[in-house]
Amino acid sequence: MKARAGLTRSIYGNLISGFFLIAMGIFIAFPLYYSIINAFKPVSELFLFPPRFVVYHPTLDNFVGIVRVYSNSLVPIERYIFNTVFVSIVQTLIYMLLASMAAYPLAKKNFPAKNIIYYGIVFAIMFTADVTALPRYIMLAKMGLINTYWALILPTLGGSFGVFLMMQFMSTIPDTILEAARIDGAGEKYIFFKIVLPAVKPAVMTLFILTFVSAWNSAAGNLIYSEELKLLPTAISQINAGGIMRAGISAAASVIMMIPPIISFLVSQSSVMETMAHSGIKD
Amino acid sequence: MEKKQSFLSKYGNDYFFLGPWLLCFLVFIVIPIIASLLLSFTNFDMVQTPKVIGIDNYLRLLLNDDIFVTSLMNTLLFAMVSGPVGYILSFVYGWLINDLGRAARTVLTFLFYTPSLVGGSYLIWTYLFSNDAYGILNSFLLSNGFIDSPIQWLTDPEYNFTVVVIVMLWGGMGTGFLSFVAGFQGLNKAYFEAAAIDGIRNRWQELWYITLPQMGPQLLIGAVLSISSAFSVGAVPAALTGNPSTDYSTHTLLLHIQDYSGSRLELGYASAVAVILFVIMITAWVGLRKLLSSISGD
Repeated sequence: MKARAGLTRSIYGNLISGFFLIAMGIFIAFPLYYSIINAFKPVSELFLFPPRFVVYHPTLDNFVGIVRVYSNSLVPIERYIFNTVFVSIVQTLIYMLLASMAAYPLAKKNFPAKNIIYYGIVFAIMFTADVTALPRYIMLAKMGLINTYWALILPTLGGSFGVFLMMQFMSTIPDTILEAARIDGAGEKYIFFKIVLPAVKPAVMTLFILTFVSAWNSAAGNLIYSEELKLLPTAISQINAGGIMRAGISAAASVIMMIPPIISFLVSQSSVMETMAHSGIKD
Repeated sequence: MEKKQSFLSKYGNDYFFLGPWLLCFLVFIVIPIIASLLLSFTNFDMVQTPKVIGIDNYLRLLLNDDIFVTSLMNTLLFAMVSGPVGYILSFVYGWLINDLGRAARTVLTFLFYTPSLVGGSYLIWTYLFSNDAYGILNSFLLSNGFIDSPIQWLTDPEYNFTVVVIVMLWGGMGTGFLSFVAGFQGLNKAYFEAAAIDGIRNRWQELWYITLPQMGPQLLIGAVLSISSAFSVGAVPAALTGNPSTDYSTHTLLLHIQDYSGSRLELGYASAVAVILFVIMITAWVGLRKLLSSISGD
């Protein structure tokens, strides 16, 4: 890494690249910073003119406020949290397995209908989900799944983007490695789990982040009508509906919602960076 | 029987791997899409039994729906700016980040991706562009004497389109960016060392001759994502500039679809708009794929 950097990297180029990285970093970080500090502002500092970019008297009142808002609600906040955690984890694990499995033959094999499936995958990514919501609802209703966790989980398992992502990455694995394994007597399941998946670990982790984040942020919509099965974003939007009186509390709630996606991201990224340094599988 | 046996032994494994996902895909994605395609030729409005009306929906949106034309133009304009710019920025920043040490790389990847990591993060921008004097931008301009009264950033058609574009670019380092980062990490280091010895002098030559040709699969992922997100602008303008916005200044095809499917319950008509949007995206994809195969050479 360092050796090649020395040969092809000039100091001026490094300065230019550093400038662009810092400029973009500030542009992206500033609004995030402002919304995070708002969560720690007492009411007296939330609506100052001109707005302040530091907190003079940081407080955790807003976080305590979330608990207070939900202290005498119909469904305790813990239940919404459980629902979202459960649905996100189950959905993420199953989808990662199904999408990676489906991507393997699409990337590395030839079989009838392969091209049709490929175009189906791309076309499905491009079709607006809003108009397919009703037909999908009818399918789920016919199966008797409305108002169950499965109504949230099952449709996402058919998502085609994850398959497309895995397929593109798997296509870079050299056929010779797979052929060699087959000659040595390895079965397809062995090849998939022991050779293909480790070779595309960055993609697996990208798929993990994507699936988990979209599951974590999704609200149940009209698929769930029992309050005790609803998801955390629904509860948060109820807090936000309190308007300006709850500006601080809703900022605190948003900060809490950010934590699990951030942890999932950091954990997956660090594991990717470790493995890639030693992987010699690409030709 | 004999033929079926050999078919199974030949392709059985492939369909075993594909099967579970394919089943969910067909039931929950493909069938609803076909249903909606068919509905676009009916007057389905959730109340009456749907009646086949041929291409009437399509004629209506082309000839009798000024808002459709406005939202079509807005969508194309949004897509032409945020699509290519977002795509190129994602690639370039993924590439710049890849040169950094491990700690800096992790931190910056994280920072750039955060807007996509946090649901509804674009709402933060209402603090900045708020119409009243408490908005950060307005209060800055007011206290420094640049303006006398707050500018209506979010509702004035003169400004709100630009505001939406800025916010879209802010959140543009999404999944495409992440798959670029993952792709750069997977590149074979030996190629770069060999190239440096063989006379590649600077990072630009390296990018063009060594990196780009290896990034074909990721470029295609980024392309599909840029197209599908650039043409599906809707959530950002709806949240920031109101829905509908002043004089439909930031109305898009997606919002038009949501208006007809969600509020007016004219699902047949909404499906027709969705089909038009789909055709536009596929056209863009076919074009972009041609362009990419000439760059990455596969």
